Amino acid sequence: MRFDQRHLLGIESLRPDEITTLLDLAEQYVTLSRRREKHANALAGLTQINMFFENSTRTQASFEIAGQRLGADVMNMAMQASSIKKGETLIDTALTLNAMHPDLLVVRHPHSGAVDLLAQKVNCAVINAGDGRHEHPTQALLDALTIRRAKGRLHRLNIAICGDIAHSRVARSNILLLHKMENRIRLVGPSTLMPAGIADFGAEVHEDMAEGLKDADVVMMLRLQRERMDGGFIPSEREYYHRFGLDAEKLAHAKPDAIVMHPGPMNRGVEIDGTIADDINRSVIQEQVEMGVAVRMAAMDLLARNLRARPTELMA
Amino acid sequence: MTATLVTNARLIDPEADTVAEGALLLRDGAIAQVFDTPAPDGVTADETIDARGAFLAPGIVDIGVKVGEPGERHKESYKTAGLAAAAGGVTTIVTRPDTEPTIDTPEVLNFIRERAEDDAAVNVLPMAALTKGRAGQEMTEIGFLIDAGAVAFTDCDRVVQDTRVLGRAMTYARSLGALIMAHPQEPGLSRGSAATSGKFASLRGLPSVSPMAERMGLDRDIALVEMTGVRYHADQITTARALPALERAKKNGFDVTAGTSMHHLTLNEMDVADYRTFFKVKPPLRSEDDRQATVEAVRSGLIDIVGSFHTPQDEESKRLPFEEAASGAVGLETMLPVLLRLYHSGELELPTLFRALSLNPAKRLGLACGRLAAGAPADLVLFDADKPLILDRFKLQSKSKNTPFDGARLQGKVIATFVNGNAVYRSA
Repeated sequence: MRFDQRHLLGIESLRPDEITTLLDLAEQYVTLSRRREKHANALAGLTQINMFFENSTRTQASFEIAGQRLGADVMNMAMQASSIKKGETLIDTALTLNAMHPDLLVVRHPHSGAVDLLAQKVNCAVINAGDGRHEHPTQALLDALTIRRAKGRLHRLNIAICGDIAHSRVARSNILLLHKMENRIRLVGPSTLMPAGIADFGAEVHEDMAEGLKDADVVMMLRLQRERMDGGFIPSEREYYHRFGLDAEKLAHAKPDAIVMHPGPMNRGVEIDGTIADDINRSVIQEQVEMGVAVRMAAMDLLARNLRARPTELMA
Repeated sequence: MTATLVTNARLIDPEADTVAEGALLLRDGAIAQVFDTPAPDGVTADETIDARGAFLAPGIVDIGVKVGEPGERHKESYKTAGLAAAAGGVTTIVTRPDTEPTIDTPEVLNFIRERAEDDAAVNVLPMAALTKGRAGQEMTEIGFLIDAGAVAFTDCDRVVQDTRVLGRAMTYARSLGALIMAHPQEPGLSRGSAATSGKFASLRGLPSVSPMAERMGLDRDIALVEMTGVRYHADQITTARALPALERAKKNGFDVTAGTSMHHLTLNEMDVADYRTFFKVKPPLRSEDDRQATVEAVRSGLIDIVGSFHTPQDEESKRLPFEEAASGAVGLETMLPVLLRLYHSGELELPTLFRALSLNPAKRLGLACGRLAAGAPADLVLFDADKPLILDRFKLQSKSKNTPFDGARLQGKVIATFVNGNAVYRSA
């Protein structure tokens, strides 16, 4: 069992065996989290700072609960309201925080690459909680854990990722992870929401849901951002729902036991029909949220082990 | 006046497209005589320089250099730009007007000409803005600015979006014989972009622009050239898709030339790697296919001019997330060794390189330099094309150190640079 990362900045730099290591550990934390007494001490004595430069409720709460269950001192910084507004640069903010000796820094930022930049400037372990449209590694890992638990494996599955691929960091991290684990990936969505060079990603591209969902084991829906809805990328919400919204008729093209996933928050009636989202036989959306806490506990635990293994003078 | 004799040189003559052993006599600021023997007899000179087989070429004329005066002197002054140019074999810098304030009146132009005369070691020729404040709404005083010494008119990387404004400015410029330099780009497509669209930009999650935006910008500009008959230069052509449009315009006999940058000839989009902001330039680095097509266009002469597009930026403006970081790189001092990569790789011959670096830019601006001929100004660069070096950005003469070639292994070192017959740089 090996996990050789100093930071968790993206899926791109992870090896398949590291992904498996992390998911295996996360399984233990699923069990722990289902107990009445949920505490462990893997992060005891460590300080975790959540820096969110972009609004987030779910991801931030998930990281906060994960840290607290493992005994870390957790602090949330609402960066929207802080010194960034006063003109401080990202690097200066990072250096200021670094001087307070955090051990784990969880960062979300609206610009691609911003978390990589920050990681170069601090001594602690940095976890990317989403940077621009680049990566959102813990989301891909929690999706992987959800799939593995539902399907019993994480390879040789037909997985359809549907919706706004172009602007989605969730899609990028998922494509990278599922590709590393040797799955067959289809990307389904309107051509305006497909990134350039998509043909080189090792995925099939479909503009028709029936085609794209055919024989799928997993149907992963993406959130359509409000600001993309009106005229810019798609003509209207209702046309999008008609062509790409997941309803029972479209889902019928997938395998009978296909699971339905969504990273949340959902737009019911835009990308997904409410009854499908709530169908306990198909939808694993609530399970994804549960796996999110476990995967984040596992990720921080593994990074903390590597942190503790480093010579202490580096921490000075 | 003194006379200098350079012996045992290998003379690069871009006009004749040759490299030959020879010697050169410089007198009164001009090339007095070109010899086809390495050590001519019976020539008296105040100083004789033995080139020991090094290359002697016409000095580089670099169109599109940004100096931080006025407004951003902490990034680059005329003094430091002059030192960097001299160290890089650049004997004439043609400056951009995208300063703060914009160089858009004869008064500001006179100010920077005085600053250049006082401080710069090399020739400085200023360009002026085409529209006031580079705002794309009203044309500048093109006539007065020509009288004050402006050699070309450009809004730099800002595209004049209103075709009526641009058409009128071109018509007016045409009547005065002025040269317009434009940035071919479709601004709607390129808005907010930081990379060229493709697999790399998609993987990195960077907002990107299709290379087609350059073609569309060029097509529009060429149509306006056909309409107005203005003398037109496209500052940077960097994509394969734009080349057929350029070729057609030239075949149709329009007065159109094009340039490209040292970075687009030697780097591609993959060099950005993990969001390295020193590789953020405008237009963004392209695919390897585009790079090769651009090199081939320089070789064939379709692209006339190569420049550094020297853009000094301070550390703060580069130490930001990629999308927010400033664009541009310094290049005056590094251009020659960097472009010699193309010579060493067999992609470009030396006379071809100096045709694009010295002869063509001089011709386009109506300058007498850029040639190795008796009577031409003694603006020259003497360099060793093979000497290896590892570039250290903190040793550059520029005030700003934003080069993408920090730590790069290069071959080629300037031994001496002459401006009007005077050595303005000699390597230690």
